[in-house]
Amino acid sequence: MSRITITVNGTPQTREVEDRTLLVQFIREHLGLTGTHVGCDTTQCGACTIHLDGVAVKSCTVLAVAADGSKVTTIEGLAEGGKLHDVQQAFREHHGLQCGYCTPGMIMASVDMIRRHDGMLDEHTVRHELEGNICRCTGYHNIVKAVLDAAEKHRAAHAVAAE
Amino acid sequence: MYATTYHKPKTLAEAVELYANSDEPSYLSGGHTLIPTLKSRLAAPAHLIDVRSIPELSGIEVTAERVIIGSATKHAVVAASKEIKTAIPALSGLAGSIGDVQVRHMGTIGGSTANNDPAADYPAAVLALDAIVHTDRREIPATDYFQGLYTTALEPGEILVHVEFKIPDIAGYAKFRNPASRYAMAASFVAKHRDGHIRVAITGAGNEGVFRWTEAEALLTGNFSAEALDGLTMDPSRMMGDMHAPADYRAHLVAVMTRRAVQNLGGTHIL
Repeated sequence: MSRITITVNGTPQTREVEDRTLLVQFIREHLGLTGTHVGCDTTQCGACTIHLDGVAVKSCTVLAVAADGSKVTTIEGLAEGGKLHDVQQAFREHHGLQCGYCTPGMIMASVDMIRRHDGMLDEHTVRHELEGNICRCTGYHNIVKAVLDAAEKHRAAHAVAAE
Repeated sequence: MYATTYHKPKTLAEAVELYANSDEPSYLSGGHTLIPTLKSRLAAPAHLIDVRSIPELSGIEVTAERVIIGSATKHAVVAASKEIKTAIPALSGLAGSIGDVQVRHMGTIGGSTANNDPAADYPAAVLALDAIVHTDRREIPATDYFQGLYTTALEPGEILVHVEFKIPDIAGYAKFRNPASRYAMAASFVAKHRDGHIRVAITGAGNEGVFRWTEAEALLTGNFSAEALDGLTMDPSRMMGDMHAPADYRAHLVAVMTRRAVQNLGGTHIL
């Protein structure tokens, strides 16, 4: 057992965990944040994608103890003051989901993607970079539209900020 | 996953000592092969020794002749390094083609090179770029380092510290991926070194893991073009065969990928 502290969505969370505890178990079972999903549990589907120190990772393949001292953002941490994050809003407007199971991971991966590319994305890049997220409803078309829309909003917001 | 005890040493000496004094230890780096293996209970180390906090294992250094990458460096960091992209664009492209975005944010060059999965990408670059594998106790040339499936010259407890690549005159990497797993079914790294010698390393296909295709190297010496490879075939008895690709298909892919690597020098061709 180890005593670890991980800052999740801005709040430091200290828990006693078994060393074999996965980060996704820490998030879901120890903190009760069940927005992060476990799909395949084999590092392929991306449903468990969260941000670990600012980058998208698959939380089913990280030990919680190895994330001691880190900052984690989950899907629950994106909205601010009751207002959806632009990427969440875009998924809603474009119906970027069918059953919704992959959606939290898709959104966390998309937020990371838009930030890394500073919103400069085209359809080919979005499809390529969502390689690590699987939608078994095969609802990719609207997901891609949602990411492109959110990327455009990101560019517009930053262009305004730059003026 | 079976119960295990996690350790996070801060120095090489501490890590080596922990390994030597533990029952059933295993080093852990990015964990993107090891953790799935533990979860499926195919391995059960009693002690996990996380090497990522050891300072010697991080950092990228590019000189006029060499690219030196610390073993705990993540694939995404290698792929994004402007210095590496300028020095060896094929290596940069190779790193950017491993797994997916999230995997590249965790997986490390040292983990990949130490694990020597027969379908991993880095071993092809290590072999073709005449790399030297630096450990906590010695330097191992790539040709001596890879010793078969999941087997390397590393001794129990030996830590891979950094990989030193020789900057070639030009290099290219071509890969045909399994459409489901995205691992290489056949990939070829071709390098023409500054003194003119050619290296062709094949990964994903060989039944003994990564290997040099010396027949292709001989043909490319003196005529460094895809046409030089016309008529050259790979012996299927050297190939892995499975439900995804039988040995004769992999043999065919190896020849095609080697030609594509030569046609895409200074970059990659990923299918």
